[in-house]
Amino acid sequence: MHTTLLLDMAADAIPDRLALGPRADGLTFHELRARARGGAAWLAERGGDTVAFLGLNGPVLPVALFASGLLAKPFAPLNYRLPDADLNRLLARTAPSVAIVDDDMIPRLKACAGVTVVAMTAFEAACLDPAHRETELAYAEPDIAVLLFTSGTTGEPKAAILRHGNLTSYVISTVEFLGSDEDEAALVSVPPYHIAGISALLTGVYGGRRIVHLEAFTPETWVEAAAAEAITHAMVVPTMLGTVLDILEARGLTLPALKVLSYGGGRMPGPVIERALRVLPHVDFVNAYGLTETSSTVAVLGPEDHRAAIASTDAAVRRRLGSVGRPLPALELEIRDPDGRLLGPNQSGEIYVRGEQVSGEYTHKKVVQDDGWFATNDGGWMDEAGYLFVEGRLDDVIVRGGENISPGEIEDVLRAHPGVADVAVLGLPDDHWGEQVAAAIVGKDGAPAAEELAAWVRARLRSTKTPEVWAFRDALPYNDTGKLLRRQLKAEMAGPTKPAAG
Amino acid sequence: MELKPGSRWRSAVCSTEVVIVRPPSAPVSLECGGQPLIAFAAERVEGAAPATEHAAGTAAGKRYFDADSGLEVLASKAGDGSLSVGGKALARKDAKALPSSD
Repeated sequence: MHTTLLLDMAADAIPDRLALGPRADGLTFHELRARARGGAAWLAERGGDTVAFLGLNGPVLPVALFASGLLAKPFAPLNYRLPDADLNRLLARTAPSVAIVDDDMIPRLKACAGVTVVAMTAFEAACLDPAHRETELAYAEPDIAVLLFTSGTTGEPKAAILRHGNLTSYVISTVEFLGSDEDEAALVSVPPYHIAGISALLTGVYGGRRIVHLEAFTPETWVEAAAAEAITHAMVVPTMLGTVLDILEARGLTLPALKVLSYGGGRMPGPVIERALRVLPHVDFVNAYGLTETSSTVAVLGPEDHRAAIASTDAAVRRRLGSVGRPLPALELEIRDPDGRLLGPNQSGEIYVRGEQVSGEYTHKKVVQDDGWFATNDGGWMDEAGYLFVEGRLDDVIVRGGENISPGEIEDVLRAHPGVADVAVLGLPDDHWGEQVAAAIVGKDGAPAAEELAAWVRARLRSTKTPEVWAFRDALPYNDTGKLLRRQLKAEMAGPTKPAAG
Repeated sequence: MELKPGSRWRSAVCSTEVVIVRPPSAPVSLECGGQPLIAFAAERVEGAAPATEHAAGTAAGKRYFDADSGLEVLASKAGDGSLSVGGKALARKDAKALPSSD
């Protein structure tokens, strides 16, 4: 099924409802489709097999996404925050392509064989041109819908393939067609090159929910846009939520229109979500776990799960606040050991998923198995009731003297210490143990001593899980979508650090 | 008719349009309003109407399935006729509402 059919269905059913942008002068569903058709006709004359996109969030993004879809050309949004050299290298990988580029980003690009650069303003003008809008488009058989370059925190970015069938399967199995009320509006602040930015467009359009884009996230602009546009739904990554709460508390705002706040894209610290539930008691919280390779969400912890967990005195129920909830009904999820054997409840292993939304495919290789199962490279376990707990990337697991140690568990314990604002735990090379456990700490109003933190961890976890190396820092390195840059941190910490006494 | 996943079909007797989500395990005749669906590009005959026993209507955005063959379709446009396979009405799939996660 074609992603553009999602737009066609909405534009046929609710042509005059606002699809994009502000209440005052947004675009209707009819206009979104008309612009996508105009843009497609114009892009078709420019050749190229792929449509690359380099720019900020805004109404042009969905227009360009659907225009590419109409031509059945893969849409490849690029990360404008990359250094110029890396950005040009990614752009070259899209050839032969047409690249729609924000006018003021064009000077950053070097001429590249097989890549035709067009200015964003030229594309926008073409979308409004009646000659293009009325051009009859030939039907194009859908195949690859989106190419997303992974964030590359562990090496050269991989280009993940999402087919029209993966994305539409995700949309129609998780969203009710026109299930949104006319006054609903979603604030999209994740960047165009993030899977959540793409899935938000498709699910928003199919659900009939107006989408408001934040050009680029800052907590101040997020709060201001949410208030001004009476935003009812939004998705944030964990690092965004903490800073948004800071602004809300400082300004004494509660965002009364906000109904649902979903979060995902990384580990949510327990203290942050507990604070969010306190600061925004009228809001439904949803934790979503997913990967680029799975067309976004594969498991959700819903609002009722949040409330039940926070109200419970049963430790097994309460800890579910730190889970990602249960797998979506339209797919299968299993925990397996390193030999691929199925594991039972409370046994930690690798998370596998299977379903039509799962692509598990890159331009250089297909990693999904013949039977459709995709190994996520995420470690995790499920409790008896089927709640999934994600431990983090298996690459990040510390192997100390043959024991596998998951950094997430130690990070959670340290983050619960009142003197700790942020923490990362990782493995550093060690001649005796292979790896030793190291912790980077960002303190609150002067960090606690390493001895105190070590005793804190030892009292709650095994001694082998107690960090042996401590580093105290002003901040930890994150990329713009809130992913901790572990490789960078590891390299920095492999240098001279202050060993813990005792 | 070869009901390939993603292929689009229209009713011969009303405004209903469908897209195939899951193909049948063996060839079947997919009908709307009692008449076999026609290719998406084909023109519907003027003045035709659904048979009374197949006129319960099809709702846009709803999925319909035939448990025997595994066939599942998504109605992309609503119409007065209802969907059937070999005369047997398709069941409507009422998906459990999921919390909004995007």
